[in-house]
Amino acid sequence: MDVKEILLRTMVGGVMVSAFALLGDLLKPKTFAGLFGAAPSVALATIVLTVMKQGKEYVSVEARSMLLGSLAFFLYASVVSRLLMRRKLSLLPVTSLAIGLWLVCALGLWYAVQRVAG
Amino acid sequence: MKIKLDTSGLGQSRWYEFLLRFAFGGVVTALAGLIAKRFGPEIGGLFLAFPAIFPATATLIEKHEKQKKERAGKNGTDRGKAAAGVDAAGAAMGSIGLAAFALVVWLRLPASGMSIVLIGATLAWFVTSVSVWEFRETIRRRARRGRLKASNRPHNAIHPAVHSGRSTNRRSHE
Repeated sequence: MDVKEILLRTMVGGVMVSAFALLGDLLKPKTFAGLFGAAPSVALATIVLTVMKQGKEYVSVEARSMLLGSLAFFLYASVVSRLLMRRKLSLLPVTSLAIGLWLVCALGLWYAVQRVAG
Repeated sequence: MKIKLDTSGLGQSRWYEFLLRFAFGGVVTALAGLIAKRFGPEIGGLFLAFPAIFPATATLIEKHEKQKKERAGKNGTDRGKAAAGVDAAGAAMGSIGLAAFALVVWLRLPASGMSIVLIGATLAWFVTSVSVWEFRETIRRRARRGRLKASNRPHNAIHPAVHSGRSTNRRSHE
């Protein structure tokens, strides 16, 4: 991946993420606006650029893994919500440290699927 | 609860907050590509559902809610955390839609055109997320109505034995 492609991905990703975040800012109630926190913005930007370069089969494999990533996202957001609403813990440490939970969960699910699939 | 479009929140945001989200989004997209290149599409795909933008968004939500409460002369710290927590609950529901998005792309992309698959997958994300949200709202509404009914009911209607003069407490007979 050359510098030009990295810059292109950065620009497209930035625009997509900002667009969905802006939409979330405009909507009420807050739980509904929160849906846009899990919008497929990074995926849309990546898929368009990757299909053009690597082809559809490659992206289909990525999407299968994305399914596991989104399950890890569900766990991440549920834990963060519970810790902030029930325990009133500080926001930045909770949201940042829980990224580790996402990583462990996503990689763990991927490993488990690999083992089951043989 | 009705879904509304409210532009008043935009006035609270500063230009650098938009820039921060743009930068986060851009960096995560570039990183997802680099990880896929280095470790292959199976590991790279996991990062298409990476919650990288979430800490930045939640921080802004907490800050805005805190400022709003403090302007009203109240302590906004707890309220700010609660608002970010509510947003995270919404993101959890949205992540179920994200799984629907991934499922459509995984199963449909090899055989169909990219544009139609991406439109279908985005619709699947939206419809699934909104359906989960609506389902949760319905359950919460019913629970609230149930609690309200229980609190309005006269005490003797709940415990007819009390009204008839009998004790409901078995231990008192022992």
